[in-house]
Amino acid sequence: MNMPITPQKPAKKLSLKDNYNLLTRGLGWETSYQDMDKVFAQDKFEGIKIHDWDKWEDPFRLTMDAYWKYQGEKEKKLYAIVDAFQQNNGQFNVTDARYINTLKLFLTGVSPLEYQAHRGFAMVGRNFRGTSARIAAQMQAIDELRHAQTQAHTISHYNKFFSGLHDPTHMFDRVWYLSVPKSYFEDAMSAGPFEFITAISFSFEYVLTNLLFMPFMSGAAYNGDMATVTFGFSAQSDESRHMTLGLEVVKFILEQDPDNVPIVQKWLDKWFWRGYRLLTLVSMMMDYMLPKKVMSWAEAWEMYFEQNGGALFNDLARYGIRMPKYHEVASKEKHRLSHEAWATFYNFSHAAAFHTWVPEESEMKWLAEKYPTTFDSLYRPRFEHWREQQQKGERFSNGTLPMLCQVCQVPMFFTEPDDPTKICFRETTYRDEKFHFCSDGCKDIFGNEPEKYVQAWLPVHQIYQGNCFRPGTDPTAPGFEPLAEVLQYYGFHVGEDGGEYLGSLDARNWTQWTGKPAVAE
Amino acid sequence: MQVDIKTTTVTQLRQTFSHTARAIGGDKPASRYQEATYGMQPLVNFHYRPLWQPEMELYDVRRTAVVMRDWYALKDPRQYYYGSYTITRSRQQEAMEKNLEFVEKRGLLRDLPEPLRAKLIHTLVPLRHLEWGANTNNCYITAYGFGVAITQATMFHAMDRLGLAQYLSRIGLSLDGNSGEALAEGKQLWMHDDTWQGLRRLVENLMVCEDWFELHVAQNLVLDGLLQPLVFQQFERRFSSQHGPALSLVTEFMNNWFEETSRWVDATIKTATAESAANSALIHGWVSHWREAVRVAIAPYADAVFIEDAADALAAVDAQFDSRIAKLGLKAAVDTGIAA
Repeated sequence: MNMPITPQKPAKKLSLKDNYNLLTRGLGWETSYQDMDKVFAQDKFEGIKIHDWDKWEDPFRLTMDAYWKYQGEKEKKLYAIVDAFQQNNGQFNVTDARYINTLKLFLTGVSPLEYQAHRGFAMVGRNFRGTSARIAAQMQAIDELRHAQTQAHTISHYNKFFSGLHDPTHMFDRVWYLSVPKSYFEDAMSAGPFEFITAISFSFEYVLTNLLFMPFMSGAAYNGDMATVTFGFSAQSDESRHMTLGLEVVKFILEQDPDNVPIVQKWLDKWFWRGYRLLTLVSMMMDYMLPKKVMSWAEAWEMYFEQNGGALFNDLARYGIRMPKYHEVASKEKHRLSHEAWATFYNFSHAAAFHTWVPEESEMKWLAEKYPTTFDSLYRPRFEHWREQQQKGERFSNGTLPMLCQVCQVPMFFTEPDDPTKICFRETTYRDEKFHFCSDGCKDIFGNEPEKYVQAWLPVHQIYQGNCFRPGTDPTAPGFEPLAEVLQYYGFHVGEDGGEYLGSLDARNWTQWTGKPAVAE
Repeated sequence: MQVDIKTTTVTQLRQTFSHTARAIGGDKPASRYQEATYGMQPLVNFHYRPLWQPEMELYDVRRTAVVMRDWYALKDPRQYYYGSYTITRSRQQEAMEKNLEFVEKRGLLRDLPEPLRAKLIHTLVPLRHLEWGANTNNCYITAYGFGVAITQATMFHAMDRLGLAQYLSRIGLSLDGNSGEALAEGKQLWMHDDTWQGLRRLVENLMVCEDWFELHVAQNLVLDGLLQPLVFQQFERRFSSQHGPALSLVTEFMNNWFEETSRWVDATIKTATAESAANSALIHGWVSHWREAVRVAIAPYADAVFIEDAADALAAVDAQFDSRIAKLGLKAAVDTGIAA
């Protein structure tokens, strides 16, 4: 070299924060060859006003090299355990084969939401104009892809031995109760980026994760499911990042402009109720489907929503935010939600991709302890009646199709907030058509955006309109059985995937393979 | 003596998921890539039209003019799913970290003669913004593309581009002793210097390209296929041969990355082109349109970086690109200058 070396001062040490800011903050720029409003065409139409994206404080300050390093390590460990689990036939260490039904609900109803979240966060990661906010959304987008894929890989092994797990996304797109989670997420994705992130990062991840994702993982831990609980532990650090992001997002939006407050409040009202209705499925999982129970739905609601959620909304009061509308209805429903839901699925078990059963005597005792004001008086007699019927060889099932709520799409089995013996019906007329709702919460949501909710693909309506048959099906053919055809359209293995648990293929195989009774003592 | 471990054998009911079986031609053992990819994306019975694009469904094949009978034909030859992707990158970042530390510790970039430091800042640091643009574009494809086969790969590609932007920033910090001055200067150059305006205009034009497959062709095949070799092969070689291997150490990741990801880009373009005459015509049009746009955008940059050697450097990457696209079933662009 013919030029002299020019020794400079030694490099100064950078704090994590400075390092992150230098590597990240300035990456974006104010475009001038294309209008910024064209480059970021979606972050204004919802009416949210952001004056200074630099006020966004990224809570993680994770650069890509660190992300690859941490996540790569986690994946190595997770797959090592999944491999060992498979090699050792770990699927036979669960309490009993009833437990597998929670995995069926999870894989068909929750895992597809992880994928939807992946795509939804990719949209936000493209559409926000603040660099750090976009990076946070992108990291969540790729994390969610992780969750969808690791769940498929973890539960894949169970699919090889048990029914109802074989076609999760096909079912997600079609099956009646799976339109509850599907419509929930598509509602958020079809909204703008700010509503999406408020709905999913805050209302879903921050407020409700402990009532959705975690009960499945705790249930796995309690019931000897090594594979799923390992996945749960591995995802926990991702989830806590996502939760922190949720809180950060909402505070950032609220701090940017007072005009944002009423918009956000309306979203919090809507997404609280939407999320809570979705949790109906989790409530019955916790109280009825886990052979070894973690805690009751009512206890979970008290701890995670009434206490933790209450404290959170107290904190947000300084921004002018109040508790979400109808939270008191959720509290009134906590002693009946799971019982009403399980009874409904017991009715329609033949049209579901998981089994149902009458709780064992010991379980009814547990339910009576956890629900002293409702179980013995309202729900036990019905289960006892069904048990008698079943013993006589007349297992009850309901051959008709339930009416669904236009918004949450759950069958209309919920009862009046102040009368647990009377079904709650609400209706409204929009453009000369009548629409039905399960609650004031859902009716309000419809009232705020009727043009959105009239579009809902309601599975029962669709069946009656003849839209749920496989291509080439002839409904006028002699001997045509509509329900049987619908189940084919759903991709079910009829007679294996759903129906009564006792005597099912799963129950018989369990006993044959493990030598243990179908229902653990 | 033989040692027997007694195990019970159980006959599996099935080998894989039904949706995977439909994609791989029957119920047989499936790879993790297959189980992570096929069937993940919802396909039918969408509930609400997006407020932001009411003429389309949430997932809609009409967001590109390319038509595929099966969007899952656009497989990734690397077979990356999240786990294999992060595990691979974590190994690579470890090597890159060692290189960066080696260079930083010895001041190999920081202590370069002033004109060389300035040269590296001018040549490399503004590229971090271009990489951020590439991140934006791949994030768009991930959000609005169709089929997990391509959209998961573009998700990884988007994060890779953020990683590249950050490694370029690290090179800047290595040049300025962590003061951030090189990054500030790089931003000024990106925003205002004539050398960079062609490229910035091009990147901004890409950011409003609505057809996601066109964007994939323009960004990941054409712009990257011409610019990455120009910087990380042509410039890097010339610089290293005169001034030692410091730059090669801190650009090793980029070089390996380009080689690896080109295999994936090529596979997707080749498959889509071979699908139909209509796709082939579209992709040809896009390649020639964007190649011309890149040619115009890159010229002032090449002149500034290579001076009298610019024509040679550009000719070398042009030839490399011609032979690459010929392998994809695309005719080399004899008629550059004719827009689609």
